[in-house]
Amino acid sequence: MSHIRGLRVGEELPPLEIPVTRTLIVAGALASRDYQDVHHDTELAKEKGSPDIFMNILTTNGLVGRYVTDCFGHAAVLRKVAIRLGAPNYPGDTMVLRGTVAEVDGATARVDVVGANGIGKHVTGTVTVELSEGDLSLPEGDLSLPEGEDA
Amino acid sequence: MRGSAGAPGSTHATEPTDGAELAAFLRELKTYEGRPAAEAGVGKDPVNEPMIRHWCEAMGDENPAYAGPDAVAPPTMLQAWTMGGLNGHKGDAGRSAAYDALFGLLDGAGFTSVVATDCEQEYLRPLRPGDVITFDAVIESVSAQKTTKLGTGHFVTTRMDVQANGEPAGTHRFRILKYAPAHSKPRAEPHSKPRGKQPPARPRPVINRDNSGFWAGVERQQLLVQRCTDCAALRFPWLPGCNGCGSPRWDTVEASGEGTVYSYVVMHHPPFPAFNPPYAVGLVELAEGVRMISNVVGVPADEVRIGMPVRVEFRQVEKDLVLPVFRAVPGSAD
Repeated sequence: MSHIRGLRVGEELPPLEIPVTRTLIVAGALASRDYQDVHHDTELAKEKGSPDIFMNILTTNGLVGRYVTDCFGHAAVLRKVAIRLGAPNYPGDTMVLRGTVAEVDGATARVDVVGANGIGKHVTGTVTVELSEGDLSLPEGDLSLPEGEDA
Repeated sequence: MRGSAGAPGSTHATEPTDGAELAAFLRELKTYEGRPAAEAGVGKDPVNEPMIRHWCEAMGDENPAYAGPDAVAPPTMLQAWTMGGLNGHKGDAGRSAAYDALFGLLDGAGFTSVVATDCEQEYLRPLRPGDVITFDAVIESVSAQKTTKLGTGHFVTTRMDVQANGEPAGTHRFRILKYAPAHSKPRAEPHSKPRGKQPPARPRPVINRDNSGFWAGVERQQLLVQRCTDCAALRFPWLPGCNGCGSPRWDTVEASGEGTVYSYVVMHHPPFPAFNPPYAVGLVELAEGVRMISNVVGVPADEVRIGMPVRVEFRQVEKDLVLPVFRAVPGSAD
């Protein structure tokens, strides 16, 4: 099935470690225009039964997209991103995104992504990405965000 | 539609036990399937570089495709362009009446919390600065009642079609759980002082035209009782007319503040924010003959007795709230 040189089904993408800081949660919520109080106001989040603020789904979606394009190189284009949320991303936790190539069809690859944090699987999903020939090898090295400050 | 919430909990749901009531409720919920969730929505801003940059900064995304003169927006921003932001969409350019009605129905059934569980996006063409975003959304499905780790509720799935300059740009399927939290805590716990920096405020007295004179007296530490200027009957609480003769004319007399407990209750349950049970609420007969209700203080609640002599005390309960309460006269609790 694989028509893409150097990419095999079952191949694992290098993990990306995301420190879940308060700053990331709030910056992601505001950048995605999501002003739900549970994503920025600890007191109100607690009143709603949550132990703290937590990451919104749009930020998770953005991080999953970034993870896949970081892995495949910046000529890769996202076609589909489908995610399901589980354990919330609370401040102080760390989420590690991992991906596995599930299918390769022509220039298109389907990647299964899991982001696990300290309490479980925060996100499971599938990303369909279109790759251009010659830009296919998975890079080595550290994809992690620089350390954020947890206010 | 709202860009509602983020994450918690498991989305693995179990089927509830069925009942005629549940079935009827579900039938009503199902009538919303296929109805619009948003109609002719317009993005508040066209696709633009500053919002793209803010997004990339937040996500730590340094993809060069999202910057520079030929920048495209990160595809995962699709929903962000449709969001109402802090003030929501104006007029009808957002959630539909059907979507609001469905939410109202679920809220009314106690499923007041919202959490987003799934997001499925397909990108049909890149979005570039200047693209004007329009969108329509439909309620695809409303699930039967499900019990999850978070609580019991219904999944609501919507599908949004997003256009850029009128051309299809992407689809966005979004699933939320509208649920009743399984572990919601009561706002106050019995027999405990309120925690946190700010104790809950006591309810304020309702001050109106008819009783403002009484509260003005309290401010001056005077306990004022109304007196009918036609028949001289005293009355309390304050009313616009005389109970005896119906006359609307009155003046006031200052009560001595002495009284006795005519009756009382001791409040244990339910606890209420700003109150710390157990406490005694007395019906106090003033020396002048009228009765009023307030707390009996200065004695353990279980030692309050009918006939106990009390004296008024103006107590500063909060910074801006003084209330007349009745203190047991020392030695009277034996």
